[in-house]
Amino acid sequence: MSSVNFPVEKFRFGMLLSDTRYRSTSLQVIAFIFFVAAVFWLVDNTVKNLALLDKDISFSFLWMRAGYDINQRLIPYTNDSTHATAALVGILNTLLVAFVGCILATIVGVFVGILRLSKNWIIAKLMSIYIEGFRNVPILLWIVMVFALLTEFTPQPRAFKGENPDASMILFDSIAVTNRGTYLPNPQWGSGSIWLILVFLISILGIIIFRRYAKNIQKNTGKKLPVLWISLAIFFIPSTVFYFILGSPVTLEYPYLKGFNFKDGIHVRNSFIALTLALAFYTSAFIGEIVRSGIMAISKGQTEAAAALGMRPNRIMSLIILPQALRVIVPPMISQYLNLTKNSSLAIAVGYMDVRGTLGGITLNQTGREMESMVLLMGFYLMVSLLISSVINYFNRSFQLVGK
Amino acid sequence: MKKSILFGIIAALGLSSGMAVAGTLDDVKARGNLLCGVSTGSPGFSGVDDSGKNVGFDVDYCRALAAAIFNDPMAVKFVPLSSAVRFTALASGEVDILARNTTWTYSRDTDLKQTFLGVTYYDGQGFMVKKDLGVSSTLELDGATVCIQVGTTTELNLADYFKANNMSYEPVPTTDNAESKQQYLAGACDTYTTDASALHGTRINLENPDDHMVLPEIISKEPLGPLVRHGDDNWADIGRWVLNALVIAEEKGITSANIDSFADTSDAEIHRLLGTGDDDMLAMINMPKDAMYNAIKAMGNYGEIFERNLGESSGINIVRGVNNSWTNGGILYSPPFR
Repeated sequence: MSSVNFPVEKFRFGMLLSDTRYRSTSLQVIAFIFFVAAVFWLVDNTVKNLALLDKDISFSFLWMRAGYDINQRLIPYTNDSTHATAALVGILNTLLVAFVGCILATIVGVFVGILRLSKNWIIAKLMSIYIEGFRNVPILLWIVMVFALLTEFTPQPRAFKGENPDASMILFDSIAVTNRGTYLPNPQWGSGSIWLILVFLISILGIIIFRRYAKNIQKNTGKKLPVLWISLAIFFIPSTVFYFILGSPVTLEYPYLKGFNFKDGIHVRNSFIALTLALAFYTSAFIGEIVRSGIMAISKGQTEAAAALGMRPNRIMSLIILPQALRVIVPPMISQYLNLTKNSSLAIAVGYMDVRGTLGGITLNQTGREMESMVLLMGFYLMVSLLISSVINYFNRSFQLVGK
Repeated sequence: MKKSILFGIIAALGLSSGMAVAGTLDDVKARGNLLCGVSTGSPGFSGVDDSGKNVGFDVDYCRALAAAIFNDPMAVKFVPLSSAVRFTALASGEVDILARNTTWTYSRDTDLKQTFLGVTYYDGQGFMVKKDLGVSSTLELDGATVCIQVGTTTELNLADYFKANNMSYEPVPTTDNAESKQQYLAGACDTYTTDASALHGTRINLENPDDHMVLPEIISKEPLGPLVRHGDDNWADIGRWVLNALVIAEEKGITSANIDSFADTSDAEIHRLLGTGDDDMLAMINMPKDAMYNAIKAMGNYGEIFERNLGESSGINIVRGVNNSWTNGGILYSPPFR
């Protein structure tokens, strides 16, 4: 028996490209070198040109006094605060719009998506019009449009003045809708309210436990408990009883007109409402299409099988179709949430002070630090986007089929 | 989208590297026109007339500069800039000069690496209100909602003024004069604040100017003037002395109409200024001998430019006040042309 001796070829330099064993690696190395060189050139060019303009790169401006005021602030801020604090105020405003917008867009989007598949011709067509109308017009126009509607067609605060005012507050004089925003009653948390919150949280926990218990009973005995009514009772009764036992610790502070504007109460500015609504409606059109595609991806056999078992259409949708459709729906939702968050940077169009407006707008302009502000802004949006994707990816994993 | 902004900035910086160092004049000559950054619309200062021609006080200064360089006041390309992007546009070389009612301040002069060429208009910040608001002084504006353009000195003055007087306010940020005006008219703010000159210009163009008033208080000093980038002193000298020439011309009584009658005047400074004498003074800043003659001939002296755009004949009707020549009781005063 003699083993076959393959000729051992000596390594030659040309083999890096001609030999398939090395080719892909060497091509990647070359591409990487080009990439690094390009990045280096960009950075080097930037630094050189900034030097030519007699400018340096420094982030010390962040700790200087900002000097300007911001109308909507979720944390304490005055014009004596630093630019870094102003940036933080903007960041929180961005996150607020993104958070509220995403939730609203999801709710509206799911409804629109399901209703577009409705057998009712009018409803289905109305939803088609809604979707095509919103997603085929640039988001900026919707933002400006909603804002214009809010400022032009709502009364000025002084219309509420006088004996016979032109405008009046709604809902028992508790809410004022003006062209500068909506003023809502502000809850005041008096002493003892902590106990009330505790009772409320415990009743929520009670509802969850009760629903589990009801499910078990149904599984074991087939008996159905009146889940909805008992849940509602647990939700309302203990909190209400304790509210009076504790002597009404939570009161409402109503907005009232003083001077030029309403005082007290929670001021929800029109810029915020316009931006949130426009972003939510625009994105909900896309989400509606995603939901529709997810539902249509479930084979008709599933519906028919469920119907053959005697289930009603509502339950078929909520118990059979939607849980399966979620697997198709969730992944593309990530990019919709990211889009909404990034689109919120159009806020300056209606004067909403998001991070693009504070750090990337006024701070940039007052300090002249374009490069630094833009780099920080990009870093922020990148971080938020990655965070959103990872959170939704985590949820997504729980919806996927588990292989056995 | 965010990434493209960075690359855009980098690309702009890369392209402008040649311009930033020196030779703006050479670049302008090679291009054949002047790139002048103006406001997106501020009545009297920068705007477009019915025939689509750029007009205004700031516009006319740029035309005078173009006339000095090219002997053609139309050799200007106007770049409308919002208050928020103007400095970036200047720094990146998008414009050669910024004549956009910009306030001369310490930090803009030093930290933003810009050179102010002088003052074209001594302004101050004012407030406009609707008459039926029943307010007669800015000190009665406690708790008011104020429309304010972002990225301006007026924004900072506003904060300082209300704090100093222990008053509160709610800012409604806008991006330009047009948006502020719209918000103000819709009643989204009680008062609109910016430079008093712009308020007068805006008010006169409202549907019912008499329903509105500019409050008497002026809360800040706003010396407005043209500016260029740091690093090209010759270019800065050209811009500065074209402005000075317009002021001197008014002092000396030289107008676009009578300029040719000074050919055999006995005033040596006029000969130096207009290039009608033996000395070629303008060679010192690499300009043609008759550069200032062309500028004044084309656009008129400072007083004519003021009258045409802001004075009685413009309808805006701003009185000269401090913006009069020092010989007439104002504070406009040019160093001698010697």
